[in-house]
Amino acid sequence: MGPPKPTGKRGSEGPPLEGAPLEGPPPEGPSLEGPPLEGPLLCVEDLTCEFGTEAGPALAVDGVSFTVARGETVGLVGESGCGKSATALALMGLLPRPAGRVAGGEILFDGEALLSLSERRRRDLRGNRLTMVFQEPMTALNPVMKAGEQVAEVLRRHRGLSRKAAWEKTVSLFEDVGIPAPADRARDYPHHLSGGMRQRVVIAMAIACEPALLVADEPTTALDVTIQAQILDLLKSLQRRTGLSILLITHDLGVVAQVCDRVLVMYAGQIVESAPVQDLFAAPRHPYTVGLLRSMPRPQPGTHRSRLPEIPGAVPPITTRPTGCLFADRCNRAEARCRDRHPSLDALGPDHLARCHFPVAPPEGEAT
Amino acid sequence: MSDGPDTLLKAEAVTVEYPVGAGLLGHGGSLRAVVDVDLTLAPGECHGLVGESGCGKSSLGRALVRLTDVTAGRIDFEGRDITHLSARALRPIRRRMQMIFQDPQASLNPRFTVAQAVAEPLAIHRLAPDRAARSDRVQRLLSDVGLDESLADRYPHELSGGQRQRVGVARALAVDPSFIVADEPVSALDVSVQAQLLNLLEDLRAQRDLAFLFISHDLRVVRHLCDHVSVMYLGRIVEQAPVATLFDAPRHPYTRALLEALPSLEPGAPLADRLDGEVPSPLDPPRGCPFHPRCPVQDRPQACFETPPHPEPCGTSHSVACYRADRGVT
Repeated sequence: MGPPKPTGKRGSEGPPLEGAPLEGPPPEGPSLEGPPLEGPLLCVEDLTCEFGTEAGPALAVDGVSFTVARGETVGLVGESGCGKSATALALMGLLPRPAGRVAGGEILFDGEALLSLSERRRRDLRGNRLTMVFQEPMTALNPVMKAGEQVAEVLRRHRGLSRKAAWEKTVSLFEDVGIPAPADRARDYPHHLSGGMRQRVVIAMAIACEPALLVADEPTTALDVTIQAQILDLLKSLQRRTGLSILLITHDLGVVAQVCDRVLVMYAGQIVESAPVQDLFAAPRHPYTVGLLRSMPRPQPGTHRSRLPEIPGAVPPITTRPTGCLFADRCNRAEARCRDRHPSLDALGPDHLARCHFPVAPPEGEAT
Repeated sequence: MSDGPDTLLKAEAVTVEYPVGAGLLGHGGSLRAVVDVDLTLAPGECHGLVGESGCGKSSLGRALVRLTDVTAGRIDFEGRDITHLSARALRPIRRRMQMIFQDPQASLNPRFTVAQAVAEPLAIHRLAPDRAARSDRVQRLLSDVGLDESLADRYPHELSGGQRQRVGVARALAVDPSFIVADEPVSALDVSVQAQLLNLLEDLRAQRDLAFLFISHDLRVVRHLCDHVSVMYLGRIVEQAPVATLFDAPRHPYTRALLEALPSLEPGAPLADRLDGEVPSPLDPPRGCPFHPRCPVQDRPQACFETPPHPEPCGTSHSVACYRADRGVT
């Protein structure tokens, strides 16, 4: 759950990352000696993102609010088009322009209001205190630059390290992320490396400046299961060592169960359920979450080849917004009220929220 | 396993090699994508083929339906040796063996409507005498795969991923096959839509006695749907067993590692031991057992490092290619 040990200076010490200077070039904002460390690291309030389409603006992210505590791993799950990646890109200030834009809301990161920062200040944060790992590592790597140079570049840009110091630090980062023969691999071009190794390079780049928050968008989806397991272990051990927070975006509920502390379920641009991971799997309250969990094949005696419970239909297009609940058309519990009135995200238990007029009752004996 | 009437497809010692690196100087080598594979399918059987990327599972699938040439070995299908049939001689047989691809977007012609896409195989194999009969068949096929009639005139880009994959299934069914190679048919789909497609494939298998080679990296799905499973590693089948045996009593250390790497759906479940390292390059496979550089088994005999093990029977329809399979489940 929480950070393993309350570090006063968030990850500026710790054996594996020593060698990094304790302070970089002084940034203009409050980052190293900033406001108190109380409260969540990331606080997203009513975030709304639009994409311009031929049919008018489409709401990709519709009033999303959540927090990420220090040292916490929060999973953001949902199907394609639910707005999870758009949320991540908005956090990073990387929504594709001009089609996409943040239409409203507030993002507080370590006390700074990201949306009102200058582009220059956001660049200082990005790749530094706030970093991202993408699904396909090749999209994040420059194919004509040696893998190590790309990581060293980050250190020189954000930490002002010399060429030599940055290279040495890069090799030690490669070692930290489990790349064998790190000094040799650092001199390889990305296409010389396997998919798993490339993702390790991207992770090395993402942790180079000891970020406070790592946004990982489907970081293991393109990898094989045995490599996925290695990468997930790596992220967790980095977290234990440095106390970083992780926002993990995934469609894979198995990955969520394995590494997350808390889960947000998104549907059609909105958060429909939010709960600690144990609660979400033991006592899901939103019919969509229930449907997602039930539609995964789970071997039990007598279930071989049995019909998998389906969620009928498909996600509504983001260009049309029904008045009522966005899930009503696919929901087997929907009543007249669901089609008339949009449900709000209500607390149903400690730290457990769901956006449903008729939430599913928790199973007997499951307190939530 | 005998070659009786219960055998639809039988592959013996199938090897697929691709030439690589044949540059100006000529002396290129070859990549052995599939090595010495034996596989038998009964009518209506769903045979899962699992393994990590590059292990040769797609090459094997394509070789079985003769989309890739076989370098060595023999494939019998519906009682006939099809290993070296010419394209012309293969034509009537192609009707009986079809393929469903992972990415329905890539496998559908963007300029064909749904109805045209489904009608195409009927026309190629002259399966409908006239236009009216063809449109009848198309309509029936669309309803068989759960696609609404109103979608018949849509183009692929107007469909959802799940709908597109249903079109792919309808195309495969159009020619009335007895065997379908489904190469990661649901991997590109969202979880809720996956369930719809898996139910559809299972219904079709049961109703039409269709045999499937179900290629997947998703072990949960394979366990749910398949009768038998083959596990591939670096081109070789390392273990083959009935589904329950494979999942409950795996014998090969690689099979065990694959099962352990699968994230549990129980939060807080203890993390299993991880397999170290990565799959070696098939261009330069290790001497001896292909798995030996990653193998966690202690006290291995010298043979592991010298000669690749052959699959040996170790129970009912169960075979394993490992010198230390006797160590059983640990």
